[in-house]
Amino acid sequence: MSALVPSDGAATLDGEAPATLEVSGVTVSVSGREVLRDVSFRLAPGQLTALIGSNGAGKTTLFRVILGLQAPTAGTILVDGHPRARRNPMIGYVPQRVFLDPDMPLRARDVVSLGLDGHRLGLGLRRHADQRRRVEEMLGAVDALRFADSRVGNLSGGEQQRVLIAHALVSRPRLLILDEPLANLDLRAEREVVDLLGRITRDQGISVLISAHDMNPLLPVMHRLVYLARGRAATGTVEEVVRPEVLSDLYGQHVDVLRVHDRILVVAGADERLPAGLRHAGSAAGAAPHTERWEP
Amino acid sequence: MASLFTGFMTDTWVAATMVAVVAGVVGFFVVLRGSSFVAHAIPHGSFGGAAGAALLVGVDGTILGISGTIAGLFVFAVAGALGIGWLGRRGRHDVATALSLVMMLGLGFLFLSWSGQYADALYSLLFGEVFGIPASDLLPMAVLGLLCVVGIASLFRPLMLSSVLPEVGEARGVRAGWVETGFLMVVALATTMTVPVVGVLLMFSLMLGPAAASRSVTSNPRAALAMSVGIAVLTVWIGIVLSYASNWPLGFFVGVSGAVWFVAGRAWAWRRRIRGVPLAA
Ligand SMILES: Nc1ncnc2c1ncn2[C@@H]1O[C@H](COP(=O)(O)OP(=O)(O)OP(=O)(O)O)[C@@H](O)[C@H]1O
Ligand SMILES: [Mg+2]
Repeated sequence: MSALVPSDGAATLDGEAPATLEVSGVTVSVSGREVLRDVSFRLAPGQLTALIGSNGAGKTTLFRVILGLQAPTAGTILVDGHPRARRNPMIGYVPQRVFLDPDMPLRARDVVSLGLDGHRLGLGLRRHADQRRRVEEMLGAVDALRFADSRVGNLSGGEQQRVLIAHALVSRPRLLILDEPLANLDLRAEREVVDLLGRITRDQGISVLISAHDMNPLLPVMHRLVYLARGRAATGTVEEVVRPEVLSDLYGQHVDVLRVHDRILVVAGADERLPAGLRHAGSAAGAAPHTERWEP
Repeated sequence: MASLFTGFMTDTWVAATMVAVVAGVVGFFVVLRGSSFVAHAIPHGSFGGAAGAALLVGVDGTILGISGTIAGLFVFAVAGALGIGWLGRRGRHDVATALSLVMMLGLGFLFLSWSGQYADALYSLLFGEVFGIPASDLLPMAVLGLLCVVGIASLFRPLMLSSVLPEVGEARGVRAGWVETGFLMVVALATTMTVPVVGVLLMFSLMLGPAAASRSVTSNPRAALAMSVGIAVLTVWIGIVLSYASNWPLGFFVGVSGAVWFVAGRAWAWRRRIRGVPLAA
């Protein structure tokens, strides 16, 4: 790996605060193919980190490894300084694709309660007053009180996303992981969810890790990013990572970084404009940088 | 009508009520998880066990003091549930279910052809024999029924979580595979106790109709579960009275009311939507 790809050392974390999540040298092979290679980064409390990569870059795979749903081929993962356990109440998780049956007899508040005690046996008929209060508080925190008693399957995508965030947060995890929470949201819902995530990171002092294929919507709230391409990761602040040298090295081909108004565009360099047959071979699937989409 | 509550009819009421409670409880999760096909396959396949038991000990024989029919249903239902769970983790769930079903049906037909004189008993397994439940069957039925209700009540939250957000459940230590296996076992127990009473076909209708109707009416999961039980109990009670009065088979009334409840539930949901009553209603 070239020295140009920044990687977190202990030095980059300020103070004594232990990392909520420490991923070191994680390599994952799926059916003989290396999906992630030597990925390392650390998350500090109170920071929002974006995991940026195009389709197939390995974002969901990395999350599954962090959650203990999939074993890495090599490398270690520490959650709050401890080796990750399968049942980890320290991590709240919002998966990428959730289909909720519209007819299902389940209200938004039931989904949030399941985040508190869904792993427990029993009907859960008698909840303590403080558990009830916690659910109400969480519904309020994601601005979901208005539809707390509606069927969750009938809610809009943005509303469901907020309910799922409350579900993930209600058990007071130290780390919140969201897989593409902005996919399928319109601009307004996107902004609402981004603001909410920024507020949560600030108010709850937890680490938030959000995957996305486009970094722009997250720029106002993100502290750091992990940029995935060709199975490798570059980590740091936007200024450190989103530079032509770093990304060209990561992609293995020339990449330009353009800043237009407040947006950052990562565009493939010269050889990308050649006809497909003439492009230099050897770039792995999903390696080509995509042009960031334009929003009017 | 006086004799509706005397003599063997008492046993009928008790057995039918137990069956209805179990069908309502289990049916709630059958509908929630979209497992109708499993709820179809396990009871239908388990008839092979009853046929096998009849071959071994005769139609009215007993095995270890338990009626051969119940023992046979139990063995096949549990084996089918385990097979569906095991195969389902390795491939498509519906295909695994279908494979298990045809295996069990095949064995059942083989047993039938060997014994050659099982047609009447088979008929009663398909449609039930609610007016002819032997008093000695009530205790094993009650035990199995209690196991089903306790099983669903203890698995309620993990089942809910892993049905709605399976990956999140896994990440929190709720193993979808184990929850699924537990649920399939409950379906197997429910099959064993209900099939001799209401039969394979009605069991299916009694599990789906009330549960499907109740979810249209309330969005509160625990209320929907309770309502599903209530509707199932009401269904068999009405069925018994009508069947007794008309001399038509109970199966007809239970089967028809399953569909009626479902349509009524949809109509309720539709009315709610038209009137703009809040969805929380
Ligand atoms: N079980 C599997 N079997 C085979 N290949 C797999 C498996 N899981 C993941 N992969 C491969 O790993 C790569 C990374 O997949 P992953 O789902 O992590 O990407 P992603 O970054 O989340 O993409 P998206 O933005 O589309 O969600 C893909 O090329 C995918 O084909
Ligand atoms: Mg993904």
